[in-house]
This record gives sequence, structure tokens and C-alpha cells, in this order.
Amino acid sequence: MCGIIGVIDRKRRCMDGTGIKAALSMMNERGSGEGAGYVAYGIYPEYKDFYALHVFFDNIREHKGALDTLLDRWGTIVHDEQIKTYEQPNIRKVHTPWRYFFRPDRSLMPKSTTPDEDIVTHLVMTVNAAKNGALIFSSGKNLGVFKAAGWPEEVADFYRIQDYKGYLWLAHNRYPTNTPGWWGGAHPFNLLDWSVVHNGEITSYGTNRRYIESYGYKCTMYTDTEVVAYLVDLLIRKHGLSEKMAVRALAPPFWEEIDRMPAKEQELNRAIRLTYGPALMNGPFAICVANADSLVGFTDRIKLRPLVTGEHGDRLYISSEEAAIRTMEPDVEHITMPKAGEPVIGRVVA
Amino acid sequence: MSIGSVPFKFKVSVDPERCMVCGRCIENCSYGVFSKENERIKVNSRNCVACHRCLAFCPRDAIDITEKPTDYRSHPVWTRDVREAIFNQARTGKIILAGMGNAHPYPIIFDQLVLDACQVTNPSIDPLREPMEMRTYIGKKPASLALREHPNGDVELLTKLTPNLQIETPIMIGHMSYGAISLNAQTAIAKAASHIGTFMGTGEGGLHESLYPYQKHMIVQVASGRFGVDINYLERGAAIEIKIGQGAKPGIGGHLPGEKVCADVSCTRMIPEGSDAISPAPHHDIYSIEDLKQLVHSLKEATEWKKPVFVKIAAVHNVAAIAAGIARSSADAVVVDGFRGGTGAAPRVFRDHVGIPIEAAIASVDAKLRQQRIRNEVSLIASGGIRESADIAKAIALGADAVYIGTSALVAMGCRVCGTCYRGQCAWGIATQKPELTQRLDPETASVQVANLIHAWTDELAELMGAAGINSIESLRGNRDRLRGYMLDESLMQVLDVKSVGA
Repeated sequence: MCGIIGVIDRKRRCMDGTGIKAALSMMNERGSGEGAGYVAYGIYPEYKDFYALHVFFDNIREHKGALDTLLDRWGTIVHDEQIKTYEQPNIRKVHTPWRYFFRPDRSLMPKSTTPDEDIVTHLVMTVNAAKNGALIFSSGKNLGVFKAAGWPEEVADFYRIQDYKGYLWLAHNRYPTNTPGWWGGAHPFNLLDWSVVHNGEITSYGTNRRYIESYGYKCTMYTDTEVVAYLVDLLIRKHGLSEKMAVRALAPPFWEEIDRMPAKEQELNRAIRLTYGPALMNGPFAICVANADSLVGFTDRIKLRPLVTGEHGDRLYISSEEAAIRTMEPDVEHITMPKAGEPVIGRVVA
Repeated sequence: MSIGSVPFKFKVSVDPERCMVCGRCIENCSYGVFSKENERIKVNSRNCVACHRCLAFCPRDAIDITEKPTDYRSHPVWTRDVREAIFNQARTGKIILAGMGNAHPYPIIFDQLVLDACQVTNPSIDPLREPMEMRTYIGKKPASLALREHPNGDVELLTKLTPNLQIETPIMIGHMSYGAISLNAQTAIAKAASHIGTFMGTGEGGLHESLYPYQKHMIVQVASGRFGVDINYLERGAAIEIKIGQGAKPGIGGHLPGEKVCADVSCTRMIPEGSDAISPAPHHDIYSIEDLKQLVHSLKEATEWKKPVFVKIAAVHNVAAIAAGIARSSADAVVVDGFRGGTGAAPRVFRDHVGIPIEAAIASVDAKLRQQRIRNEVSLIASGGIRESADIAKAIALGADAVYIGTSALVAMGCRVCGTCYRGQCAWGIATQKPELTQRLDPETASVQVANLIHAWTDELAELMGAAGINSIESLRGNRDRLRGYMLDESLMQVLDVKSVGA
């Protein structure tokens, strides 16, 4: 099942986490109390030029030293600290959440055109694949993921997300089937600037994973959602597609529709399907993907999962439930239900 | 003779109570089993190959055929087959010829893989209600696309795509030459391929004039003998396939006996009538991978880069590296033919002992191409031992883009897999050139049967995909997560990259 919600303020005006916490809790019918999470963009203005790495340590004494050494080898730790948490009766603190502000040494990736991103990606993949008591679950600039096993309101209170102020938020209420109770399995999933929340099950996961892994990404989270983040990173950052064209590749029109398009459009869409066939995502899903400048929501090609959008002033809301949006913004307008495979894109203009 | 007679392979009996001595069995048997004596049907069981032609045409169900009625003293090592092969070779001093595919009782990997279906957490998709996309494109694809997006919303495609074959089902029909099979059989296949919207291979036998109307659905083959190859032939095909090897006999060439080279075959192959058509083991202009690249380029040049060029190899131990080399030769597709691939004639020792199964070959080729980041740039066609739609689903899940079927298309036309194709006496009019036999096969009827088979298998594939929650074939391709190995050993599961049932 799962419930998702995302909001973006196009003028980058910040909201604290109170609203999204209430909205996410409104969808508790879609969750099971075994996982919830939030991501907020714009929360670390004083460190905005550095990569904010959020890490779950199994044990500070045992596992932190190795990560410190690795980060020192690849760049500079500008600042690091424990992420403040507040005890909740139902959350068993199995990990210690930590944050680093990190500046990669780009001279170490001389052949790359995007050395900073490549170093951070490499670190995330290496650390997470090693499964050595440390898991980097958030690695973008000026943003942070907060997640744990529990109900949305408990997880929110555990991190006191009302203390964070962001212009773009995603949140996820989880009903896990694969890895219940595992903090790493909660959403959002994040890599660099990309964050993903997902409701559904990707039946093409085996194909997508093998495709993305041939480009050096490593799937380590035992769940299908992380491929979405990596696919988006590959298509948009590395291949230079726009959000719209990336969504076209991930949830393309049916051949039947393509055959009816005018010649030029047909050629474009055929080329997308031929080139990015292994990236096509099958199975039921509704997904919100965010980066620093935009929020994109889309569903699978036959819309087997719900997705609703609404607007209010400069804000675009995307969620599984209209009720959740209304909880956050009672005066919301223009409630729409996007068609299968059709992206809804909100961009910051300021 | 010190060896004497060996027991019958088959024992034919005619029930005198049911037989009305109509003589249809005599007319139909091309191997001389039946004769009439004193108003009774007399049987010479020694000639029987169990092609079932008599049985199929007996109006009274009077004929019965039993396999191996006489027992040898059983022995686990000195099997009947082994002993009979020794008798044969002791007599003749020659290499034993055999037909059809590998007959050795190796375990079949397909039968130890099971497919997945959805329950609760995601819905299965009903192909009768929802679109189910079986369309596949065979050919080269770019690694990424360059697009230019204009402010007015127009998106311009800057990457130029090379020609691909569009098929409406992942099932194609492999190369069986005119010569190996009859023109009626080829015509039936050609009609079926154009009806379904798929492609067939010409084999190394040229393209008979009467098949020109179906040329849009033909993949013309260039093999080591270069029989039937000229510019007219190349230009007529929708694609060109260079045949390096064949699963039934990796490492050796082909041999069409002179008896099968009738006037018409001689014209189509461009060789003298009655002469043996011998294809050498290697192409005499290909002694390394760079030579192959030159041939791929020459064929593309000759046809103005308008047609995809495939390269077919037998699945041998190092198939993954070889396929990766081919993928870099600017070939558009690699065809991998597993050791169960059929043939009109092959030395028994090759047919049964050389090469590897298609399942393992596809898995390792797909993995190697992914490792080298070129998997989606080249198509992968699996062939050799595809017996049912489940085999196709499994082959695709292991990494194939499409499959070639061969034997199963012949079975759809009546073939009983008697394995006697190399004798040119096929009672079903399929693997023969004798006019009195070939006329038995009506291309119209046979084409409907072949088309029916492909249609039925495509429907079954759609159902299997729908049950797995997949509505587009590219999401099945290489999706090994949807397979589980049942009683496969650990190392083979690693090669196949599948988990065990229950895992």
C-alpha cells in the first residue's frame, strides 16, 4: 500500500515539518507503523555548499572510525555531529543517526566531468555495499532525509522535523512487505540531490537493477525503490534528459499510442523506448521524485496506484490522497488526477 | 558376418481384425515398411523410423508401433545406443550421421526453472482487458539519446537510429534452408511469418524466386559455402545473417548430399545439379574477429547500411567473450544457438557432445554484455531447443531479446521428430526434395498450423507476463528475479544468476 506526499514552494519559501507530519499521519490507513520518513530541501543554508551525508551507524565506536577515514581519504569533513533525536516510546533506536558536511577532493576523480557527484556516488555505493555497520541514506546538498521504523508522527517526533524548515518536502508512510522494521528500507531514498518516495512494487526491478548496475550503481537496500533514484540520476544527470523526457523513458506511452502519433513524435518516442527499454518501469507505482529545483510526480503506465495533485499559491502538492493534501492546506485548489504515465512537474522559479 | 542382425528399433504391427487392406500405409510409407502379400499387409519392421506417417493415415487405427521391443542385457554403462553405435562403426568404419537435435539425456535447464506470478502486493494484469506489449525491435540501439528541447515544448531527436527489425512477437523462425527442407515447407513458413508479422531465416540455400513475395520477412543467410549469395539475394532480405556456427554441430561445416540437389535447388544455391553442397568449417575469409568485422562491414556497404546484420554462433564454452567481440564488430544482433539446436544432418558425436545448453549461454552472454555496458546496444537471439512458450519466457527472462524456433515449426507442420532428415525420405514432405513426397505438404494448410502455433505461444506469453505484473516485453528481458531454480546446483545458479525456489 503505502502513502506518499510531496510539496514544493516555487518561490523557495520554507515550511516547517508540522504540516507534512499531519498530512502523512492522515494516511495511516495506508501504512503499518513499520516505517516512515521525510526529506526536506533547504534545511542546511549555512552548509549549503557541502554534501550533507546522513548516516545510520549500528554502533559509533565500532563503525564510525572507518567511515571517517574513508571520507578523509576522499575529501574534507567540514563538520560532523550526531543528528538530534528525541526518545519515543515505540521507536527502538537501533541506529545512531549522524550527519557529516563533506567536501570531496575533485582532483581525485580527474577523468570525470562531474567529479564531486561521482566521488559522493562512489562513497555511497561503496559504504552501503560493504554493509559494515554504516549506511549513508542521504547525500545531497542542503537537504536531509529523516527516517526510521515507526508511525509517521512517531518518526516526525523522533527527529522533531518541525524544527527543520524546507521549501520542498517529500514524505512516505510505509506498509512494508520486504524488509519490515529495517530503517534503511524506509523511504525516502536519496542519492545526491535526488530523493524518491514510492508507493507500489516494480515488477521490472530485475531488469532495471541489472541495467543500472552496469553503469556502476549498486543496489544495496533490498528494495525496488532505490533503482528509481539511480535511474533518474543516470537519465537526467548523466544522459542529460529533462525531467519530462526521463519520465517518458521510465513510463513510456504504449506502442499503440505511438503508432498513432505524427511522424516526428513517433520517431522520438520510438527512439526513447528502444534506447531506454531496460529503464522502463513496470508494475504498479506512484512516485514522487525531487531534486533541488523540482518535484516530479508520475504513475505507472496503467495507473495501478493513486496520485492526486493540488495547488495553492506558489505551492504544488502531490499525494496518494486528496485528504492528505487538504490536511496540509485546507484551501487547496485545482485538485487533479494526472493520467497514467503523465508527469506532473513543479519547478522553483526563484 | 560376425555381428549379425541387431534387434529392431521399432516393431510395427497391423491388427488383422481392424485392417481392411486399403493399402494407404503402403502408399504413405517412404521407407518401405509395408507391402501387400496374399491380400494381407506384410510388415518389414527393420525399415521403420517411427515417423508415424502410416499411423496418421490409417483409416482404421490398425497400426501400432512399439519402440525397442527386444531387450538387450541391461547395463548402466554399456547402453543400447553405445553398443549399436559400435556395431555400426565396426561394420562401416565411418562417422555416424544423425538428424534433429542433441539426443543425449542431459538434464534440461528450462525444466528446472520456474516462473513467477503476482499475489496481493501487486496486481496481475489481464491481457484480455489491458494492453500487453509483445513488440520487439531487433537491431542496434544507442547507449543514450541526445535531445534538444525547444522553448515551445518541441523535442528534437539528434541521435540517428540505425535500422531495426520490428516484430510483433518475440518468436522468429530460424534458418532451415531450401535443400534441407522442401520448398513447400519453406513457403509454409514464409506465409506464416508474414501473416504473424515476424521473420524467418532462409538458411544457407539461397532464396527461391517463388518466395520473393515474402522477402520483407526474410533474413538471408551468408554461411561459409556462400551458396546462393549474390547482391540480388542480399538486397531482397530484411536482414542479413552471417552464420559462423550451428548448435547441432559447432566447429564443423555443413553437407547437403547431392541427391537432395535437384534442378531447382541447384539454381537457388547456384551449384551444379546433383553435386554435394559442402560448406567448409570456417569461413575462408574469417580467421579472426577482425575478419568478421570486415565481412559485417562489407555486407553493410553492399546494402547501403540499410539492413541489420546478425551473426550466428554455436553456444560453446567461451560464448560470452565471443559474443562480446561480435557485438563490437558493428553487428546488430548476435544469435546464439544452443547444443540442442536441430539439424538436417550432423555427425552424431558432435550433435550429442559438443557445445553448451542455450540457457547457460544466454545467461552468460547477457551478463558479459552488461558488464561491458553494451547489452542494450545489440540484440540477443536465443535458439536451439525451444519447445514451448514457457521456454521462451524463461529464455527472455535470462536475457534474450527474441528466440528462433526451428524444430517446433516443423512439428507444427506434421514432423514427428523421427530424426531421419538426413536420408531425404521424409514421409511428411518436409525434409526431402522428392516431388512425390514434397507434394504431400500443402503450404496453405501447413502455414496456418505454423501461424497458429506462434499465435498460441504469443498468447501464452502474454498471459505469463500479465500474471507476473508485466505489460511490456522489455521488462521481462533479463529479469532473472522472476525466475527461480528448482534443484539446480549452486554453481549453475550463479551462472544463471537466479535464486533457488523459496529464496
